[in-house]
This record gives sequence, structure tokens and C-alpha cells, in this order.
Amino acid sequence: MTISLHVNGQAHDLDADPDMPLLWALRDLLGLTGTRYGCGEAHCGACTVHLDGRAVRACVTPLGRAAGRRVLTIEGLSPDGRHPLQAAWVELAVPQCGFCQAGQIMCAAALLAANPRPSDAEIDRSLAGNLCRCGTYTRIRAAVKKAAGTGGGP
Amino acid sequence: MTRDLSRRGFLAGLGLAAGGLAIGVRGGRAFLIADARAAPGDAALAPNPFVHVAPDGTVTIVCHRSEMGQGVRSTLPALIGEELGADPSRIRVVQAVGDRRYGDQNTDGSTTMRRGHYEELRTAGATARVLLVAAAARRLRVREATLVARDHAVHHAASKRSIGFGALVAAAARLPVPPPGKVTLRPVAELTRLAGDLPLLDAPAHVDGSAVFAADVRLPGMLTAVIARPPVLGGTVATLDDRAARAVPGVRDVLRLPAPSGPPRFQPLGGVAVLADHPWAALRGRAALAITWDHGAHAGWNAAADRAALAAAVAAPGKVVRAVGELDRALAGADRVVRADYHVPYLAHAPMEPPAAVARVDGGRCEVWACTQNPQSGRAEVARALGLDERDVTVHVTLLGGGFGRKSKPDFLAEAALLARAAGAPVRVQWTRDDDLRHGYYHSSCAQHLAAGLDARGKVVGWLHRTAFPSIATTFAPGVTHGGDGELAQGILDLALDVPAVRCEVGAATAHARIGWLRSVHNINHGFAIGSFIDELAAATGRDPRELWLELVGPPRLVTPADAGVASNPNYGESLDRHPVDAGRLRDVIERVTARADWSAARARGRALGLAAHRSFVAYVGVVVSVVHDRSRRGPPVRADEVWITIDAGRVVNRDRVRSQMEGAVIFGLGLALHGEITARDGQIEQASFRDYPLLRLPEAPRAIHVEIVDSDRPPAGVGEPGVPPVAPALCNAVFALTGTRVRALPLARASLPAAPMAMPAPT
Repeated sequence: MTISLHVNGQAHDLDADPDMPLLWALRDLLGLTGTRYGCGEAHCGACTVHLDGRAVRACVTPLGRAAGRRVLTIEGLSPDGRHPLQAAWVELAVPQCGFCQAGQIMCAAALLAANPRPSDAEIDRSLAGNLCRCGTYTRIRAAVKKAAGTGGGP
Repeated sequence: MTRDLSRRGFLAGLGLAAGGLAIGVRGGRAFLIADARAAPGDAALAPNPFVHVAPDGTVTIVCHRSEMGQGVRSTLPALIGEELGADPSRIRVVQAVGDRRYGDQNTDGSTTMRRGHYEELRTAGATARVLLVAAAARRLRVREATLVARDHAVHHAASKRSIGFGALVAAAARLPVPPPGKVTLRPVAELTRLAGDLPLLDAPAHVDGSAVFAADVRLPGMLTAVIARPPVLGGTVATLDDRAARAVPGVRDVLRLPAPSGPPRFQPLGGVAVLADHPWAALRGRAALAITWDHGAHAGWNAAADRAALAAAVAAPGKVVRAVGELDRALAGADRVVRADYHVPYLAHAPMEPPAAVARVDGGRCEVWACTQNPQSGRAEVARALGLDERDVTVHVTLLGGGFGRKSKPDFLAEAALLARAAGAPVRVQWTRDDDLRHGYYHSSCAQHLAAGLDARGKVVGWLHRTAFPSIATTFAPGVTHGGDGELAQGILDLALDVPAVRCEVGAATAHARIGWLRSVHNINHGFAIGSFIDELAAATGRDPRELWLELVGPPRLVTPADAGVASNPNYGESLDRHPVDAGRLRDVIERVTARADWSAARARGRALGLAAHRSFVAYVGVVVSVVHDRSRRGPPVRADEVWITIDAGRVVNRDRVRSQMEGAVIFGLGLALHGEITARDGQIEQASFRDYPLLRLPEAPRAIHVEIVDSDRPPAGVGEPGVPPVAPALCNAVFALTGTRVRALPLARASLPAAPMAMPAPT
């Protein structure tokens, strides 16, 4: 069936199974590969996108649920890669392998949109579902705080 | 690509135009690539680090190592570029395909800056500089010594004349390459960019999502495959009903993979692949397969019995691998003997990016794109699987979403190649998370028994260390019963120990799964047992653990194999002249890290600190962990709230990436210590998701990780792995300080810890 998706401000009509997770539609039907597959079970957060401004795991979000709603992926977070979180991430050299980082940033962006000056505990709670095997956690905290204007560096 | 070292072939393969200055280095000897045609066709003499200066001045640096988070794609161009005197904005980095002409490309064993590579990389840049300077000297009719290469040009200060690199390459490429020893490296102080933090080349692509990992590669007509692999190693398909799978919309084919033969090596595991238009259809198709399996020889493997067998192997004398003095007499004559048994479970790599590879087979040639740590072994395995000559296989290296040793095993590349040939279309093989956890190359489980004889004053007079673990060699050869020297040299043969009687033994162990190397390898096991036992001895004798560590390591000295009582020390492939076992450096990191953590005063204030130190990959690392009670989450009621880590890795190139590797090593070490455990039931791995194989999460990460990098002019040592081994014992020692409970078996999540704080013993 045809599903209308609004991704990063653009409308798409997809002929796809409404049960297909949004993750695969983004990656394999729309070519938006910045949303990563890490587990497929909402355990790792690598596929985090925004659905009407709220962070969701694309791997367990059926396409049918996203239909007609605003989807934002890492590719659409900012026109030039200079969202305050992206800038803080580069400045503090947060990424190691980088695979989880888009999901981390999308999760943090939803947090800051709802809570512009989160406490450490709020940052920890919001990003608890986003795994990083390389162990960039202390820099992630510092970068979120830097983007929020509540902290300097690591 | 062919074995021909002709300029056109080599450069065209890298997308480089002819007409530039192309320099390779191998074995300390620099080549103009144009000259390399005259070099013997022996791959061992082929260029390794590689730099190219184009007539327009663009400098291309070939990154022949895989980027998996260690920052190699940022470090290599900075190091070579600084030697050259290049403007960083005019350097581009090209990722090399797998090709023996680059020398060793296996991004593993923390080797990129050691084993002489550091000098080779600098020599590549320096040789290009020397030739450009020589060309400028002829053009300007001045002596070479009056010229300086910097900012992408050669400058003559006296006449205020400068010539850009690009304008010099044609002339420079006609000059003879200086022989080995005649290329002078710049004084380190001149490599000014290396003194600060280098920018991270791929960071912008990581934060905007444009970074390309293996699963992001797209080929026209590509199908996606997911594979149902035998649940037990060596199992085979007994019956298959694929009708339901084939009925799933989007599924194009169901194919059987060949069963492997002999030792596992890097062969695909076999099983049944579902090929589809996209991953969702492939996943649904796989779920619809009805397969019965012949489980084969390992179906009786169970975790409890496996653990008991390892424990039994160290309960009795094993094969002696290290002996100094007369241990039996020392223990018999000791005032008291302290004994302890330790257990480390099997572990999985669990990189965030599960293995993935894309392959295209076309007219007897195969091209693969993969997140591989070792494109050469990938090329060899694909060639073997397809029955092709390696020359007809090209392996492209994408970014790796973590490696940790898993991705130096190229079974998944061969899967993609076999399926692409069978399907007659390009195929992407996507491993799922449960595939990754259930079909890995597991870190060895290990049982260890340690015993120490103490004299009346609490001094250690005898040291017994027994270890037993399934050897990595079991993955590659039949009949392997014991860990080998290269494995035992990871913390046992090379431990600096100032004890008059020492005996180390290895017991027999059987493998029932593919055993592989995981970041830091056996050092995780041995570092845990040794680091914990020293703390136990301190507690048993009422001494400060720091004081006992220093006493056992002994005075600053170089420990030869003869001193250590071993036949030889493989020493991570390094000579002992260049990288001796240096007790002084181990002492130094212990002293430094405890000073940074304010060890004595903080303990006196009641802070629960744990200390451990370990030499691995010829680097020295000391760690102090502070733990606090924390019952805010499920899991262990303790949390590491602050960690100090000091590394002496000799000279370092990219300080920020060394720092980030230490931060990552702390998280990796805490994660495995708290949660890591792979178990088997009836031959099948029981863990299949991050729910049952948890990694450390952000709320569990320390508030702060304080990294100290020792300033050193010594030869570069490993960095990626050495930070991990001391973390688990330091954590468990801190838990003991906090709770009085000694954790001898990992993971800590399985230990029963007291919920309430106990009174701190008075510091001694």
C-alpha cells in the first residue's frame, strides 16, 4: 500500500508494507543511511529519529505509525551540520568509530528541544538507551552540556 | 590489481594521476613508485606507507589501516604531513584496498604505530620532503641546507624566495631517492601540530550521518541477505522447508551455504540465506524458514560443566611455562599461604555495527566492500571460498562501526562473495545483533589459581600462577590442548615480579566455539587475576595495596627472559632490545596514577579506591577506580564514579586519540567487568541481544575519567588495547574496599554484594 511520509521536510509516497520498520524504509527505500541499524530491538538507540519532535527508535516504529507525521533524521537536523550539538560534538572530538553518534545526537536534540538546560541526571536518563561500545560517554555528556550552554569541556 | 608494481597500475588503482611524486617505504627503504618497477616482484619489498604529491600540490596519503574509532585516518596524514611540511588543508586521505604491497594491513594488536611503522610513516613524508628540497635547490641554485620545507612550499629565507610543492614534483620525481639512513627525520620539536590536539578527520561525517559504513554501500540490483547459521558450531542443515520464506513479499531466493570443513578458521559457518530486495523482507523470510539441524559434536557443551572443567584444570599441576627458584620449598616453608581462584567468562565483541559486507562477482572477478580490520585476509578468504586467485579479488575497506578484533575475521566477507556468485547479483550480507552475539569468535573463558607464600613479615616468598583457557589456536588447527607462548606472554611470562620463587603453569582446555582475540585478549584474564590477587595479599597482610604492588614489581630494572624464568618472551612481535620488560616503567605508572588519584589521602578520608596496573602490547598502564554505592538502577549496587588512568606508550603521535582510547578502554573494561558473560546451553550461545549481553550505559559511566599520558621519547607502543586489562581488577579491588566482598568471578553483576555500606577499616 502507499504510505505518505514526511521526512526532513520532504514528502514521499512509498509503496511498502505498513509493518516495515521505519528504519529500513529510511535506509533502504529512501537512502537515508545516517540512521543506523544496531540491534533492531530498541536496545541500542543507533536508529534514533524524531517523530513529531519526539525521539523514537526507528527499528521498532512501524512505517504505518509514521505515516502522515513529521520524521526528522540526522540528515535533516540542520542544513549545514552546524546544529549546536553537531558543533559541540566536533569541537570536543566525541566520535570514535562514529556508528552510534547520529543516534546519540538525535536523542540529545530531542532532549534539548524539550529541556534546554538539562541536569547531568537528566542527560544520563535521556541517553540511557543509546549504547556506545567505544566508550565516548564522558565526552557525550560534556558535548550535550556545551551545546546547552551549561558546561565547558570534558 | 596485479602484482605489477608499475606506476600506472598502482597509482590508477588509488585514483591518482601520473605525473606526481609518489613515495612508498618498506623495511626502512624509500621508493619512488616509478622506480618500484625495478624492484623485485617480492611483496615483502613493496611500499607500505605511501604519499603522493600531485602537480597541483594536492598531497594524497594512503591510509592502509582500517579506521574503527582509533583515529588512524586522522593520525597518519598528520604524521606524514608534518614530516613533509604540508598544509593540512591540502592533504586528502585515500583508503587502501587489501594488497600485500602495503605490508601488514591487519589493524589489530595495537600495531599501527609500533613494529617500526612509526619510523616508516615518517620516512615516507621525509623522503618526499628531501626530494622536493633537492629539486628546489637546483631550481634556485642554492644549497639544500639553506632551504626549509613548510606550509606546502620550499622557502629560501635569505632571498625571500619560495616554490610551492606542486611546482617541484616533476623535477623531484626525476631525482634519485636517498638510500636508507640518508633521509633525516625532522627533530620532533619541529612537528608542531603533533604537540596539540589534532582535528578528527571524520567527525563532520559522523555528526551529519554521511559517514559510510559497510551496510551503507549500495550497488545497482543489490539484494540483501540474512543467514540462518547452525546454532551449534559444526552443525549442518538436516531438513529445510523454505516455502513460507519464499512467499514473503520481496524475498527473491533462498540459498544454502556450504558447510565448513576442518578447523573453523575464517570459513563461513554454513546455513541458509534468504535474499531479498531489502533487509525487512530478508528478516521476515529468515523467520519463516523451517530448518532442523544436525547439531554435531559440540551439542553437549554447557556453561556450568565448561566452567567446572576449566577450574579442574587449574586445581592440579599443569605444564610449567615459567619457573624461578624452588616454589614447592618456598610454599612449604612459608609462614602462611594465600590461595585464590578466579574466573572470567567468555565474552563477545559486540561492536555497534554488526558485521556486514557487500560483494559483486563478475566474470571470474570479485569485488567486496566490508567493515574489515584486515582486507588482506579478507581477500585471501574470499579467493579461497570462490576458488579464485587473490589477484582477481578486490577488498574495499569502509569505515568500521567498531571492530575490537571481531572484524579481523573475514567469514562475513566470504559469505557475501559466495551468495553474490550463487545469486548472480550483488549481495549485501547483514548480520543481525543476535547473529553477532550467537556466532562470534569468543574471548576465551579462563580459570586461574594463584597462591602466594608469605613470610612472617608479610613478604611474598613464593608465587604460583596457573591458567587454563581454550586457546585461540583451536580455531585454526586441530589437536590444540593448551594456550601457547604468544598467549601466555600476555601477562604471565612477561610479568615483572620480584619474588624469589615463581612458577607459572598452563592447564588443558577444550574449545566448543570459535575462539578469537578480543581487545586486549588474554591480558583481560591474566590482568584480572594478578591485579585482584595482589590486592588480596595486601588485605591479607594489612598492607597498603600500592606499597605491595611496588614491592612485588620490584626495583626499576629490565627483566630478561632468563630473569623471569621463561624460555622466551614473544613480546607482541617486538624485540626485547627495543621494548624490554621494564619494571621501572610499570612502577612509574603505579606511582603516577596513585598520585593523581590522591591515593593515600583519599583512602584515609574513606574513599573506596582500587588499584591495578598491567603491561600489554609493550605499553604500561595504571588504573585507579573509585566506587560508590548506587542503588538507583537494577544491577550491581555499586558504581564507578571516577577513574584515573595513566599510560606510558612511549612516544605518542595523536594525544587526543590516545586520550579517547583510554576513556574508551575504561568504559570497555567496566562494561565487561560488570556485565560481560557469554554462556552456552546444549552447544548454543544463550545471549542474543543487548538485554542479555548488556554493555555499559551512560548512567553507569564514571563522572570523570582522568587520563594521563606519560611524556616519553621511547619507541611508540600499543594504545588501543593496553588500557583495558587493569580496569576490571581495579574496579573489583575498589568494590572490596567499599563492601568487603571480594569478587573473584566476573561479571560483577553475578556477585552478591552487601546492600548497605560497611564501616571502612582504618587505613594502614
